Amino acid sequence: MDKIQPSFRPGGKLAKLESVYDGMETFLFTPNATSRSGAHIHDGNDLKRTMITVVVALLPALLFGMYNIGYQHYLAIGQADASWFTMFLYGLLALLPVIVVSYAVGLGIEFIGAQIHHKEIQEGFLVTGILIPLIVPINTPLWMTAIATAFAVIFAKEVFGGTGMNIFNVALITRAFLFFAYPSRMSGDEAFVKMDSAFGMGDGSVIDTFTGATPLGQVATNVGDSLQMTNILGEPISCMDAFIGLIPGSPGETSMIAILLGAALLLITGIASWRIMCSVFVGGLAMSALVHVLPSATYPASMLDPWTQLCLGGFAFGAVFMATDPVTGARTNVGQYIYGFLIGVFAILIRVYNSGYPEGMMLAILLMNAFAPLIDHCVVSSNIKRRARRVATKE
Amino acid sequence: MATVRLKKGFDIHLLGAITDNTIVDAASPTSVAVVPDDFHGIIPRMEKKEGEHVAAGEPLYHDKNYEAIKVVSPVSGTVKEVRRGERRHIDAIIIAPDGDNDIVTHNIMGDAEQVLLQSGLWVMMRQRPYDVVPVPGIRPKNVFVTAFDSAPLAPDLDIVLGEKRQYIQKGTEVLSGMTDGRVYIGIRDGQDIVAPNAEVTTFVGPHPAGNTGVQAANTVPVNKGETVWTIDIVTLARIGELFTTGKVSHDTVVAVTGEMVQQPRYVKSIMGSDLESILKGKLTDANCSRIISGNVLTGSQVEMSQWLRSPYRHITVIPENNKPDEFMGWASINPKRFSIYRTFTTWLCGLKKPVSMDSRIKGGERAIVRTGEYDAMLPMDIYGEFLIKAIISGDIDKMEQLGIYEIAPEDFALAEFADTSKLELQRIVREGLDKLRAEMS
Repeated sequence: MDKIQPSFRPGGKLAKLESVYDGMETFLFTPNATSRSGAHIHDGNDLKRTMITVVVALLPALLFGMYNIGYQHYLAIGQADASWFTMFLYGLLALLPVIVVSYAVGLGIEFIGAQIHHKEIQEGFLVTGILIPLIVPINTPLWMTAIATAFAVIFAKEVFGGTGMNIFNVALITRAFLFFAYPSRMSGDEAFVKMDSAFGMGDGSVIDTFTGATPLGQVATNVGDSLQMTNILGEPISCMDAFIGLIPGSPGETSMIAILLGAALLLITGIASWRIMCSVFVGGLAMSALVHVLPSATYPASMLDPWTQLCLGGFAFGAVFMATDPVTGARTNVGQYIYGFLIGVFAILIRVYNSGYPEGMMLAILLMNAFAPLIDHCVVSSNIKRRARRVATKE
Repeated sequence: MATVRLKKGFDIHLLGAITDNTIVDAASPTSVAVVPDDFHGIIPRMEKKEGEHVAAGEPLYHDKNYEAIKVVSPVSGTVKEVRRGERRHIDAIIIAPDGDNDIVTHNIMGDAEQVLLQSGLWVMMRQRPYDVVPVPGIRPKNVFVTAFDSAPLAPDLDIVLGEKRQYIQKGTEVLSGMTDGRVYIGIRDGQDIVAPNAEVTTFVGPHPAGNTGVQAANTVPVNKGETVWTIDIVTLARIGELFTTGKVSHDTVVAVTGEMVQQPRYVKSIMGSDLESILKGKLTDANCSRIISGNVLTGSQVEMSQWLRSPYRHITVIPENNKPDEFMGWASINPKRFSIYRTFTTWLCGLKKPVSMDSRIKGGERAIVRTGEYDAMLPMDIYGEFLIKAIISGDIDKMEQLGIYEIAPEDFALAEFADTSKLELQRIVREGLDKLRAEMS
């Protein structure tokens, strides 16, 4: 690496790729820079490690998501007896293009941005790039994903100054963009179960009784006093099915088990705030218990019991991987309790009382992203007041 | 006697701790130097020229704004060189010792402030706000004395004190006469300090419990508009000695520590001694060592050809870069790659085992991403991260509101070590304090 370095420095032949070179070098080798001012020793942890740990925490959800894509597909084409490996391979082939598009578009923009500002390439997109395929419905055309990713990276992140400066969670902005720009492709029967073949694999015609709506989608359109969610074959599904995750949905969000594995890693390593994570669940439980007290056919989601509420849709995924984004969340300890609790409350509130949005988590987190600085401001103000009072009592 | 338990902070255990507490004599120095940068807040105006003779304790220079503040020579000898750097900034004043015992005797019957200013001990004290040499004529609200150093590999101040311990009472007496409030002494558990004029508080907890700023914040916090003095117990004893004998002793005990030192131990030397007299032949590999006068968190990087720096009691020598081009260090699962965070595997083997750490930053500078890192390293009622942001954005009102008057750069040293985003927090705090000071005067 050192040998080819000169051509990347200003004046060199490849000076336009300086940021890319630096990015690669610091990726491969720990920087040799030693401290010039202040502390002479530094902790081994850096942002690369932090971000990679989050990516590792997402792996269970990613792998299970791949399997579930295949599972749903083979169920839909009436070949439920396919081996688990076939299902996984199909899911892998189906999801891989989305991952590639997400990283290519996002990192491409980051590289260009870094070069324009002559800055080091930052790691923020490592996590965003894997989050996007996990929360975008599998049938979303790749060009839509590409446009949405580009929009989110440029307008939700780069214009604010890049990694660590954004106000809204970039991955969620991607999904919100898709959700509002192409609403017809984001819900209903067609969005969440991949029906055509992936790279020639899994050919077959969809069975007649197929209904591809997610449980929450079914709930939103439910009529009458009774509520029964079904899988894509029309068979009833229970809370346990949702917990394991073999139901239609965005690739990463269906399996509570896989998400909890990731949550465990995030909490053990201390990267995610347990305050936020726990209070989201507490807020969600409290609100769903409250709406469940008065179930009504007008708002069918109020008929779900609290536990099922939390197992369905993107609630758990959002609570573990999105709400805990330190950059867009509340930063003070007290603020984190409030922030998390309100996300839980709003997510259920939107789910139940706004039938236009069967999934409330995305909007709840984005809403609270906007309020996080205000919450912090109030918490810090109390510290400021305490300090001011100290002076006042003395006089 | 009150006890304060601090939970925040962290004790970094490095290789190269002193195991044998005997004190050996260093070789007598061939040159001794005073480095003006050690006394922040003073703009030097020379009183002695190159070639002139100075006695030990005789002023070398004074402050441009307050002529009474003197910085003195620690030895008797000849001013060999006034070494200047960029824009005629004085880097060091080098004295060739003549071996005489020519030492200034002070008239201690006069005004205590004048005696301290003239003796050169004044510049060993610091004031909050701004963490600078105290401004003469302002009576401090309180005086905070720390009796222990909690930094990594730090010397045991009881050993550095040695026989000067007998002057602690006198020193406390002098200082309590100079403040409207009290003299507060912070000790660690089990330390025995007798000072009837002072309020003694025990601090239990990890570094930075030994910082005067942390101790003050947990006893009587500094408010806007107040001035307090902060000093260490050794300087307090020197003040006591001055007001007992009329002389300032410039000898000091230095803890020579660190992984690259063959045999870490206490060495008796003189303030500002050249490092060769202390370190020559004592390092395992002088070529890839970083010599730090002070501790690894707040000390100054020095060369072998330079001198011992204030507070003249600690030298740490660590490897400069012992793993060049470490391949994919961020992916390491090696428990020896030290991190206090559980993203690495160090914690599985325990964080109390002594570790080797070199001077690499081990990452690029980033925006602040992770939450609560600074607060976990700062046992004060201060939102560190918000304060740092206020300083970076130059918001003076916010800095004041968030408590910048209570802090010194050293209080953020541990946070700088632990910072995932690798920001130079001590430099940021120093610049914030300087800016505020310029704005207020």
